[in-house]
Formats: sequence, C-alpha cells, structure tokens
Amino acid sequence: MARVRNSIWRGVAAAAVAAALLAPGAGHAQGSGKTLSFIPEADLRSLDPIWTTAYITRNYGYMVYDTLFALDENFKVQPQMVDTWKISDDKLTYTFTLRDGLKWHDGKPVRSADCIASLDRWMKRDVLGQSIPPVLGEMKAIDDKTFQIVLKKPFPLLLEAIGKLSSNVPFMMPEAVAKTDANTQIKESIGSGPFKFVASEWKPGAKAVFVKNPDYVPRKEPPSWAAGGKVVKVDRVEWDYIPDPQTAANALGQGEVDWWQQLPQDLVPLLAANKEVTVTSVDPLGSIGVLRFNHEQPPFNNPKMRQAVELVIDQKEMMTALAGDPKYWRTCYSYFSCGTPMASDAANAPLAGKRDFEKAKALIKEAGYNGEKIVVMTATDQPIVNAQALVTMETLKKLGINAELAAMDWGTLITRRASHEPVDKGGWNIFFTWFVAPDMANPALNAALRGNGAKAWFGWPNDPKIEELRDQWFAAPDLAAQKKVAEQIQAEAFESVPYVPTGMFVIPTAFRKNLKGVIVAPVVFLWNVEKG
Amino acid sequence: MLAYIVRRLVATIPVMGVVAIFVFSLLYLAPGDPAAVIAGDLATADDIARIHHQLGLDEPFLVRFGTWAWSVVHGDLGISIFTNLPVTKLIAQRLEPTAALTVSTLILSVLLAVPMGVIASWRVGTWVDRAVMGFAVLGFSVPPFVLAYVLILVFAVYFDWFPVQGYASIADGLVPFLRHLVLPSTALGLIYAALIARITRTSMLEVLSQDYIRTAHAKGLASREVLVSHALKNAAVPIATIVGIGVALLIGGVIVTETVFAIPGIGRLTVDAILRRDYPIIQGVVLLFSAAYVIVNLLVDLSYTLLDPRVRY
Amino acid sequence: MTDAPIELEASLIARRQSRHPLLEAVRRHPTVALGSVILLAMVLIAFLAPFLGTVDPQALSPIRRLRFPQAANWFGTDMLGRDVYSRVIFGSRISLEVGLSVALLSTAIGLAIGLVTGFSRIADGSVMRVMDGLMSIPPVLLAIALMALTRASVGNVILAIAVSEVPRVTRLVRGVVLTLREQPFVEAATAAGTGFFRTLWRHILPNTVAPILVQGTFICASAMITEATLSFIGAGTPPNIPSWGNIMAEGRSLFQVAPYVVLFPAAFLSVTVLAVNLVGDGLRDALDPRLQRRM
Repeated sequence: MARVRNSIWRGVAAAAVAAALLAPGAGHAQGSGKTLSFIPEADLRSLDPIWTTAYITRNYGYMVYDTLFALDENFKVQPQMVDTWKISDDKLTYTFTLRDGLKWHDGKPVRSADCIASLDRWMKRDVLGQSIPPVLGEMKAIDDKTFQIVLKKPFPLLLEAIGKLSSNVPFMMPEAVAKTDANTQIKESIGSGPFKFVASEWKPGAKAVFVKNPDYVPRKEPPSWAAGGKVVKVDRVEWDYIPDPQTAANALGQGEVDWWQQLPQDLVPLLAANKEVTVTSVDPLGSIGVLRFNHEQPPFNNPKMRQAVELVIDQKEMMTALAGDPKYWRTCYSYFSCGTPMASDAANAPLAGKRDFEKAKALIKEAGYNGEKIVVMTATDQPIVNAQALVTMETLKKLGINAELAAMDWGTLITRRASHEPVDKGGWNIFFTWFVAPDMANPALNAALRGNGAKAWFGWPNDPKIEELRDQWFAAPDLAAQKKVAEQIQAEAFESVPYVPTGMFVIPTAFRKNLKGVIVAPVVFLWNVEKG
Repeated sequence: MLAYIVRRLVATIPVMGVVAIFVFSLLYLAPGDPAAVIAGDLATADDIARIHHQLGLDEPFLVRFGTWAWSVVHGDLGISIFTNLPVTKLIAQRLEPTAALTVSTLILSVLLAVPMGVIASWRVGTWVDRAVMGFAVLGFSVPPFVLAYVLILVFAVYFDWFPVQGYASIADGLVPFLRHLVLPSTALGLIYAALIARITRTSMLEVLSQDYIRTAHAKGLASREVLVSHALKNAAVPIATIVGIGVALLIGGVIVTETVFAIPGIGRLTVDAILRRDYPIIQGVVLLFSAAYVIVNLLVDLSYTLLDPRVRY
Repeated sequence: MTDAPIELEASLIARRQSRHPLLEAVRRHPTVALGSVILLAMVLIAFLAPFLGTVDPQALSPIRRLRFPQAANWFGTDMLGRDVYSRVIFGSRISLEVGLSVALLSTAIGLAIGLVTGFSRIADGSVMRVMDGLMSIPPVLLAIALMALTRASVGNVILAIAVSEVPRVTRLVRGVVLTLREQPFVEAATAAGTGFFRTLWRHILPNTVAPILVQGTFICASAMITEATLSFIGAGTPPNIPSWGNIMAEGRSLFQVAPYVVLFPAAFLSVTVLAVNLVGDGLRDALDPRLQRRM
C-alpha cells in the first residue's frame, strides 16, 4: 500500500510543484482575445449550486460566484471575499468585513445583507450547513461591508463550513436571488465571481459559455485550491460537453479543444503519445468508490453478511478493473479519505488484511443465509459504477451468494435505490457509486457513514453509536481530539459496515501543451490558466 | 390540389394524437423518476418526495395529460425539468445542426445512390450490378457507429482532412460548415444510400421490363436515352416514396451519429433526455420527429404530381 | 432498419406472385446458398459455444486486461480482462436469438393485425390510425423509449424492437390483402359461398407468405443491428450477458487503444447480417418471376 501511495502521490506532488512554478503571481499581464475550450466532466443542467449537489454545478458555481472563505492546499481555510475577521474570546461572535471593490455582475456592490441571505439559504440545504441553525443565535449586518454571526453555543467548525470546498459550497449571491425558497431552483446567474455566465449561448447538453468578468478584483495571494487570487487570463471559456470519450480524445489530439477535464484512464497512452498534449492528474486527492448495502432488507440487514462481503472485497482488483494502471489508483482502507487529516489505519484489518473467503463463508453460514436472491444494481452508462458491480458479482459468486445483476441506466438506478421494498417488489440489496475525496474527508461530510436509520442516505444504516460519536466529533475542541473520535467512528464502521470503500482513484486530465498555470486541486478551477 | 393538402393535413391530426397519447402513457409508466435524478446523489428520500410534488408528478394521469395536451395545442411544449428552460427553446437552438445533417445526408445519398441504381439496372447481371448490390447489402450490414469510428480514424485523425467532431453553423462560413458535415453525412448516409440504390434498381428493372420500353428499344432509341428519359421518369415515384419512408431511418440514425460526432443536435437532446427522464423534452421531441416524418411524406406525395404527370390530386 | 424498402418491394412481388416451389428457387440463386451456409455456421457456433475452446465469458481478470490478441486470448482481452473470443462466440447466441425472435414475433403480430384490418373496414380505420402514429416514430427512438420503460433483459430488447417493427409488417400484409380481395379468384370463392376463414386460409394466407418471408429476413438483419445500437446508447442487453452489441458498446471508448475489442464482434455482426441479407435478397429475386427471367 505504501508503495502504491508513494508512486501516485509523488507524481501528484511533482505536478503540484510544477504548476506552482509555472503559475505567475497575481497581477500578471492578462491575456487578450483568448478562448479556452474545455470539455467538462458532465453536462451542466442546473444553475443552482445550493439546490443541487451535482459536481458540475459546483464547478459552474466557482466560475460565476465567489465565496467568503476558501480551502487552500494545506486544508486550511483562507479568506476569499472576506478581508478581515474577528472571533470573540467566548467563540460565540464572528465578525466579518468584506474586501473593497466586490461587485455583482450587474454592477451593484456586494453588501452584508447579500451574504447573510446567501448563508441562510445554504444552511437550509447543505449537510454541514444544516448543523449550524441549531446553535445559531443570529446573523446581522453591522454596516454594508461588515456583518456578524452570533452563536448560542460554540461551533468550532464554523469557518470550515463556510469555507467548504465541495458541494454544497456556500456561494454568495445577491440578496434578491438568495431570498428564493431553498427548495426552488434559481434561474439567475448573477455572481461576483471571476467569470460571467453567458445565458444566451447556453445549450444544455452541449455548450456553456463564460466570459471574463473585467470588474473582478482578485486577491493578491497566489492561487492555492479555491483560495488566493483568482486571476483570469483568458477572455472567454467555452465548456463543450462531448459525451463520447473517443471523440473527445480525438478532438483534443487534433487541437480542436484545449483541455479535457476527465478522461478514462485507458485512453492515457493514446494521448500521452501526442507531443502537443500533457496528460496528468490535477486532483491531488481523487475519488472513492463505494459499495452500498441496503440495511433494511435481508440478508444484508444482518451485520455478519456485510462483514463477510467486507472480508473478500479486494480493493486492488476493484481498482485495476476500474482504473487500470496503478498510477491512477491506490488502496485506501479507511472510512475517511486517505490523504486528509481524519484518515487512519485504525481497526482496518477486515478490509486491509488477507482476503479471507473461508472466514467469510463461515460468517454467511452463521448469518443463516440460504441462497435467497440478491439484487446488485449497476448503471451501464457509468463505467465507474459498472466496473465495481461486475467485479463484485464475480466475488459474490465465489462466496456462493445467489446474486443477480440488475442493469439499468443511472437515472433508473437512483430512482430504484430510494425503494424500501424487498427485492421481489422492486427493491435492491447493493448498489455502487463514488464520491470525491473532500466529500468523505470527515464525519461531518461523509453522508454514507451516517447511521440515522430511515433518515440516512440510501441504504439507511441504523447505528446509534456512530451518530453519538459524530456529535462528539462536532464538539471536539481541536484536531487531535477530532482525530481520536474519528478513529472510534472508524472502528465502529468496520464492525457495522455501512458501506465498503472500494478504493481510491484519480481521473486523469489532459490539456494542450500551450496551456500554462493549470491549478492542481480536487475541484477544477479555470482561473490562472493561460493559453500560449 | 389545395383541397388535397388541407385534407392530408387534417388527416395528420389523429396520427399526432395517437403519438401524443402513446408517448405520454409510455413515460407515465416508465420507472425512472426525474425527481430522483434532479435531487442528485446525496439527496434524501424527503428531498425527492418534495421535488416530485413540486413537479406535479403526483397528480393523477388524466390531469397531467390534460394539462400537457392543452398547452401543446397552444404551442407550449412545457419546461424542461432539468434546465428550467422552455422545451421549444431547447429544440429551436438545436434544430439547425440536425436539419443541416439530415438535408446534407439526403442530398448526398440521392446524388450517389440513384445513378448507382440506374447503372446497376442497366447492366443487370454484370459485375457492375453485383458491385452496386454488394455495396447495398454491405450498407445494411455495418453498424453505423463502427463506420463512424473508422471514418474518423482514417479521414480525421490519420489524414487530418476533416474535423473530428462538432458542428459549425452556416453563419460561421460555408467552408467550415461543409467540412464539419462531410464525415457525419457519410456515416449516416451509407445505409440510406444503400436503401435508395436498391429500390432504384428494383423499380428500374420493373419499368425496363414493361412493353413500352421494349417498344422504345425496337423503335431504335439509344439505350441511354431510354434509360433516363423513359425508365427513370417512370421509376421516380417509387424512388421518391422510399426517400420519404427512409426519413424515419435517417432520424433514427441521427441519434447515433450526433453522439459519435458530438453534434449538438436534436438526436443528442433526445438521448440525454431519455437517460435523465426529462419528460417534457422527450414528449416534445417525439412529437416533433413524428410531425417531421408526416410532413416529409406529405411533400413526397405532392412531388408525385411533378414526377408523374398522370398523378392528379 | 432495412424494412422500409421491403414494404414496397414485397408488395410489388405480391402482385406478381408465382407458384414456383421454393426449393427450386433457392437452387437457382447461389447467394441464398452462400448466405445459408454462413448462417448455418453461425447457428452451429452459437450452439457449440462451450466446446469451441472458450472460457467463461464472464470471468474477470483485471490483471490480464487489454491484452493484444495472442495464443491464450485469440481476440485479446477487454478492459476487465475478459476473453473477447469467448465473449464473441457466446455473444452469437444473443444476436441470433434477438434477430430470429424479433422476426418471428413482429411478423406473427403484424400478420394477424394486417389480416384483420385488411378484411374488416371497421377495424381498419382505427387500427391503421394507431399504426400510422406508431410508424411515424423512428423505430430506433421507439425501441429506446420502450427500453427506458422496462428492465434491461434480452426478452425486453426483443419486445422493444419487435413492437417498433409491427406497424410496417401490418401495412405490408394489409396492402397484400386489399389487393387480393379484389382479385377474381377471391371474389369467385366468396361468391361460391366459401366461408370467411376458409377464404382467408386457402387464398389469402398463402399469398402473403412470400412477401412476409422476404420482409422477415430483413427484419431479422435489422434487429441485430438495432440490438447493437441500443447497447451503444446504453439501453440494450444487460452488461453481464455478452452480446455483440454490448461487447462493442463497452469497448468503444477504447477503440483506438484496443480496436480488437470492437472489431471482432463488429466483423461477426456484419458477416451474419450480410448472410441474412443475402438470403433475403435471394429469396426476393427467386420469388419474383420477372427478375428471374432477366438474370
């Protein structure tokens, strides 16, 4: 494991250094007449990053909107729209002052009231944001540029929450827009971010166009993940959604587009052979595969059955099938994203140890399983899901489990996974998905880990112990204490097995050699990129 | 003639009605829930239920169908569930690429296939005939996406003569417009050309065996003249018919071709909408396709009067 | 997909229906023989799949993924390390099953509806409106929509494709019946007091056999391509059942890296469809006395 980790992580670190060296400091002369043509990971369909958790809408959010705080590459929260801030000694009052020169795309200045309304809407939607209202006293504007968050009880994670990197990111929107009901999608795209969205050129399913926001005032610091100066060095960015990987590869190879955000690992050799193209990973963390059980239906309502599967799932096999070349994957025997502070090897023997079919079969026998049909759902339009499902099917077969593969498209899968019914009435036993590492980095963010029964994420694990430990984690005063609780949570998770992590993979990215200053981060950012 | 056109147009109303009811019922029964797709991967069951209600998906069937049909009659195809944009707008912004692709394919296929069929019938039984028939059979036997990939590999990647993907609007200039259309039209046109070549040959053989052609030959007319001025003229009606019927084939092929060549047309809109359960788009597009099919075939019927003076409406 | 011309061609043929014995016709048309031999070979391959040096077509082996064709894996391995040769050989079962079943099912249903509508003026109006409606939806689109409605399985793929072919068969049969109904021998039979079903059985049905047979072969060919297209779009046979369509669909994103994953099933599919089309062409020519004379 250590070796695998080294090779991939060292490569990424090298890329990070290179990108940092290539990145000219803020305030550098800006490009002119340049269009960056970019193939995004998915098709942009919703324009409300607070309403949906879809990553593509989050990425759109980073283009159009700005954030109060932002996470940097050292996992530290840094001010972005905020200039100065103060935390009272009793840790109950946070006072924020906005930077000078912040303006909405319609020319109006950004005011405290806008930020308060935006935070309010976000707290109604986001997993982490929803933990704030119970301890929140009030949010009030002191003047147009200064506002306060007053808590009833200390909430040590407040800045981490407001500076959240991945969905839902608390993007700042004008008050009138942010007053929209949190459960209704907004249609406007008035941000204060470095790009403006060109709504008239938006063709859902094909194209989204952004132009540089000339009024944006970047911070002076160099860019680091979402933090630092967002200096735009092109005039126009076009997202050309090309669903066919073969076509996308050829389009990039021929220079018809500049950058392909996510390519299948197997196409790397093809593009790597092209002298005009750089293939690399700009995501230092990667994503995590998830095998999810239905905890309500037999036989996986029995923890012994889940433990049996956990004992035989081979992350190496899973990841080879999913990502091929070991350069693009690593094992991660932790319930928290490896490479982030909460990750540990605590109690991970059932997943990290020898794959023990004998012991697993014994557990299955103890659980009293006698050949009932098990439905494993897969989505044929999602290769990452499909590869995990096909490998699991073979593994279950070896265990003597009577598994049936139910193939469908992703749209049907996520409908069917909401079913609480038994399998013969349209229910399910196992499905697969994956999350970007920041979404599984700690107990607050990891939705699949929660054990709050029927209210939990699909699969509905009921594990009060995990819930109790989760509350303790929120109250933990410092990092060391947090880590300790996280280890306890992980030990419990390896026992109760809410899901099985199937490994960590990075999806490579490829761009033309004339692009400079690509930012290495778990989220794709299009500022700082220069087209030579 | 005008009365005929009006009568035909009126006759399309029940056809479209059948299509509307059929498509609506189909989607009503379909298992995917757009609410779940919209809500995203991290959504809870409550989120989905709420969105389900907001979209009006929990209303009874007749209420939903009535509401939808009423607005369709008024030219409103509804609002796309995912993008919140009107379906008419989404269709309108994708009409040009699809129209350009189908029309260019149509022209290309007819220009290529009709002469092929004529020559084959003229030289029936010879190697020319066998070659044309061989092409026709092959055209039906190669899966369209395999052909598309091979074309891309050879003519776009290896020789670099044409762009790999995408679409250039005619507004951006004629040359880029045509360059982007060559490969997709060829990939899409093969099966269509095979079809037309075949039917041309069959119809020509049919006509050539008629007595008046023999008479023309006997009168000493040159065989080329007989072929073109007598035979082809008489074979024109079945050829036109197949051009019309084949439009359904073209529309089906557009779905695959647009996906492979990343052309932002209606075919891709359709596949995306089906995979996501964006009901209003699926309903609108199917209605549009079937209307296009009906209208093209009406035009074909009208063209009979031009092709064959004996036909009168 | 090839059914559209056939409607026209077959109705031309029906008008000139001859009474030549079928076998005689086949003998005179070598393409039928060639096509039949290839088809027979494919059927044998499908039946004997387990004995042709194949391994479990599902067996994964991620370590051995994307191997170039070699002694151990004649057609190479795919992205999950499965043996492409075994998958293609076993895949022949699905393509043949889909092609044959769709042809049988859609001609049977189309024949029944076509006969009824051809004879009953009351049924004709309403049924043909429905058929016109269905026919105006492109068959591939209709099949995709039907697949979205149901669960992915071979049976549902067959049903979805068959349904989209039915209106065309119906139209064809109805056309033949309408023509025949006015023929002297049918009118004579009716005048002589022959019962409806007897007329149908003795005079009408035999005359629909030739055009239906011809169209059936073309439906069979087009169904195999449609199956591949459905898989291509992601609405076809489930991925754990190897079919030529989904082997290609899974391999297509790697076409330039591992072209063999796509090209081998593509070649098998094309050759099989070609064979079916040759048989169809031969039959059509054989059953058309005028063309026969000219050959």
